[in-house]
Amino acid sequence: MPRLIASLGLAAGILASTNAWAVEISISCSALGKEYEICKQGVDAWAKKTGNTVKIVSTPNSATERLALYQQLLAAGASDIDVFQIDVVWTGILADHLMDLSAKGQADIDDHLPAMVETSRVNGKLMAMPWFADAGLLYYRQDLLDKYKRPVPQTWADLTETARMIQDGERKEGRGDFWGYVWQGRAYEGLTTNALEWVASFGGGTIVDEKGDVTIENPKAAEALKAAAGWVGTVTPEGVLNYTEEESRGVFQSGNAAFMRNWPYAWALAQGADSTIKGKVSIAPLPKGGTDGRHAGTLGGQLLAVSKYSKNADAATDLVLNLTGQQEQKRRAVEGSFNPTIVALYSDADIARANPFIGDLVDVFTNAVARPATATGQTYNKVSTEFFNAVHQVLSKRSEPAQALNRLDRDLKRIKRDGWK
Amino acid sequence: MKILPRIGFWLLVILIGVFALFPLYYAIISSFRSGAALFTIAYLPERFDVSNYIAVFDRQPFGQNILNSIIVAGSVVAISLSLGMTAAYAFGRIAFRGRALLLMTILAVSMFPQVAVLSGMFELIRSLGLYNTLPGLILANLMLTLPFTIWVLTTFMRELPKEIEEAAFVDGATPWIVVRRVFLPLMAPAAVTTGLLAFIVSWNEFLFALTFTLTNERRTVPPAIALMTGSTAYELPWGTIMAASVIVTVPIIGLVLVFQRKIVAGLTAGAVKG
Amino acid sequence: MTSAVAQADAPVLQQARGRRSSLTRSRLRSAWLFIAPSLIILALIAGWPLARTIWFSFTDADLNNLSDYEFIGFENYLASYDGEWLGLLTDPDWWQSVWNTVWFTLVSVSIETVLGIVVALILNAAFPGRGLMRAIILIPWAIPTIVSAKMWNWMLHDQFGVINDMLLRVGLIAAPVTWTANADTALWAAVAVDVWKHTSFMALLILAALQMLPQDIYEAAKVDGVSPTRVFFRITLPLIKPALLVAVIFRSLDALRVFDLIYVLTSNSRDTASMSIYARQQLVDFQEVGLGSAASTLIFLIIALIVVITLAAGRVRLGEDPR
Repeated sequence: MPRLIASLGLAAGILASTNAWAVEISISCSALGKEYEICKQGVDAWAKKTGNTVKIVSTPNSATERLALYQQLLAAGASDIDVFQIDVVWTGILADHLMDLSAKGQADIDDHLPAMVETSRVNGKLMAMPWFADAGLLYYRQDLLDKYKRPVPQTWADLTETARMIQDGERKEGRGDFWGYVWQGRAYEGLTTNALEWVASFGGGTIVDEKGDVTIENPKAAEALKAAAGWVGTVTPEGVLNYTEEESRGVFQSGNAAFMRNWPYAWALAQGADSTIKGKVSIAPLPKGGTDGRHAGTLGGQLLAVSKYSKNADAATDLVLNLTGQQEQKRRAVEGSFNPTIVALYSDADIARANPFIGDLVDVFTNAVARPATATGQTYNKVSTEFFNAVHQVLSKRSEPAQALNRLDRDLKRIKRDGWK
Repeated sequence: MKILPRIGFWLLVILIGVFALFPLYYAIISSFRSGAALFTIAYLPERFDVSNYIAVFDRQPFGQNILNSIIVAGSVVAISLSLGMTAAYAFGRIAFRGRALLLMTILAVSMFPQVAVLSGMFELIRSLGLYNTLPGLILANLMLTLPFTIWVLTTFMRELPKEIEEAAFVDGATPWIVVRRVFLPLMAPAAVTTGLLAFIVSWNEFLFALTFTLTNERRTVPPAIALMTGSTAYELPWGTIMAASVIVTVPIIGLVLVFQRKIVAGLTAGAVKG
Repeated sequence: MTSAVAQADAPVLQQARGRRSSLTRSRLRSAWLFIAPSLIILALIAGWPLARTIWFSFTDADLNNLSDYEFIGFENYLASYDGEWLGLLTDPDWWQSVWNTVWFTLVSVSIETVLGIVVALILNAAFPGRGLMRAIILIPWAIPTIVSAKMWNWMLHDQFGVINDMLLRVGLIAAPVTWTANADTALWAAVAVDVWKHTSFMALLILAALQMLPQDIYEAAKVDGVSPTRVFFRITLPLIKPALLVAVIFRSLDALRVFDLIYVLTSNSRDTASMSIYARQQLVDFQEVGLGSAASTLIFLIIALIVVITLAAGRVRLGEDPR
């Protein structure tokens, strides 16, 4: 009898604790398509395991609009969204509104790619957990390289030469709208990622260094911008100055370009059933600035963070740790081709079977160059905007590289005067 | 009529029609295509594939979104017109002190960029407990339509000859009866036009609708379309977006065709009185 | 014309004077009663957000923490630090955006006005299919801007855009034009899309004005054998002028605050930014609520100035009595 009472008491205790546990968590992840499905499966599995419910809130596809919406909600201290999917460069901007995950994330964080971990920290505190990684890649047409007997370009000079050769050859064969190289040149965050790749690959630094000093005004950076400006109108259509990811993929995927800079997402689409270049595409790291330069793809990707205003912070944190954990990241990699941030998964056989090129990517991610978001904190958007505007002026030949960098240096130092905050 | 101006007239009509319609036509063609076809040019539909249309309703509560838009835009028009009509009578027909100043103040509301009022409006909507509700959206949209409605109706009200209400007042009618019995019928063409324009403003409103709603079930059409994404982060689901755009354009066309009669009826009424 | 009507009214007014004083009082009372609901609603929904924006423009508020800020006077607008002038009024990017916006508004609203009158006159003529035509011209407006801007962006694409393809086929251009990438053509592209989208707004308002015109004047003019051009400039235009002005004012208000069209369509660089884009960038992207509010307040002042000039040029007296 006492045992029965004890077990009843235990059962009641468990019941009570599950009841206290059973809460509703709102998470913002992508609204539609495959990304939504994968996200939903992940949160549903967690919900089933813990007895909580999870509501997925759809947010705008455009990064700028998504950030604006987050800021609006967070500035008002709204508790409507508990878990935020944030871009790697937003950690500093949103840090004031996010929960410090240092204690709870401690156990897992060392498994992740160091570069991704770096983007999750603000002043040494872990404000988010890495979810998936992205980096700039060079897409090229294997069939055309074979046709013109050219190797995969190792430096930007190689790429320029090969691009011109293929472009001239193809145009002679009557394909008047064929181009050598397409990328993202619209004045937006995407241009910052592109231009940072050029500058970093030439050894020109990362705009602002880790200590927070403005380093962009240097001869190597000027050289990099000069090379890029030289493409516009020769091997790259002038329209690239208004291209985002999809416009450049459009040119490449309709078979009208030999090379393209893009994120890993374009791979599956370029190899899709209705793609005109199916089976003719390969990927490689982006070229080096010179023989003494380096391969540099800008690091992208997404993190998961918990709102400081969440009413169920414990459950929300648990969800974040679950979604960014090894098991879930593996599932996402296999089923959705999301690049894991956990290093060990890059040698996982199941993932390698699902994504044959995953092994190549680990080098790209390890060598990826991070945007100076950590150093510039809340002013990152200002720094990035000044940078892409300066680059856009050089590309559209409204300004000389040295002159633009000089002005940029002055503007960045003026922003810094208030401290990077 | 002479033959040459006649041909010129029809050429102009056709030209304007083509200019206005071509993008919609292109949207319809695009809505039947998918994937890589987005990157090629076609002037004629090559196949009739409704999968994009199914996807629009399949992947989100788009029917609910359309209903929300109709409720919001309909309420906004009803409130704007009834408030606007009475205010316009006062502004247009009664001489009182401070009229010009008040009109300018009302207009001033439309002089701030929308993004500047967004944050304050967000706090307001939340403090009223209207966040993520349709009444919240209706209230916010009134800010966009009400100044416009009052100004346009005031202008038209002022244009009507002065004798119109004198007789009614001599007969002892109250201002309220005068507005309803005398001005409402005369103002029909202006009111229908203003209402239609206010409807479209509210129907197209994006920034408030995105910021003041959170769940898919409460969203109106523009944010619902804007939130459509491809299967991966950067991919643009063009076919689906085009299908959705075609779907939401149809109610507007229907609305205009229905109100045609009203516009024409108002015209004849005005002609008899004038 | 106004004075003629007033003279005709005079005897009636004198007869009615006795009754009028009480009538006037009751009408004045009802005037306030009629206006009150609109004013209350506008004060409620717009008063607070607008006052808040103006207040923030004198502070150093930050989007991250809106409750903690300091009053800094006019420093957002103009301030001097160690001999260097800073602030909005010294920012060349701001003045570039002002010029872009004013240019965009002038060009697009002028084209829309002329085209709007033409379309309204066409729709006012009796011809088979008029109802359909009226629906057709509204279609551009019915497609949400967020979609139509993207749609045009795609149609204007330099490589696979349908506009270049058509112009190439017709032979108007020899090589594809990069409409939206080049700052020189990008604003023209924005004007074209704006005209496409908003001409119907003008046309419909003008049409409503045309339909409320008294028909007898036209019959008289017809009997006298006045030429159609003369009828238009001497009779129609003066009569629809008030409605036309209101349409122009509201179109200009919209155009001066243009945001999504230019944002989606052009390359989004400083060279093509509008005032609203600038303000949004400060407010949202840079989280500088103080500076962004200052920009918004300046936008308000610039727009108010333009409206006052337009009203003065159009000789509109707001306190005017019915004719």
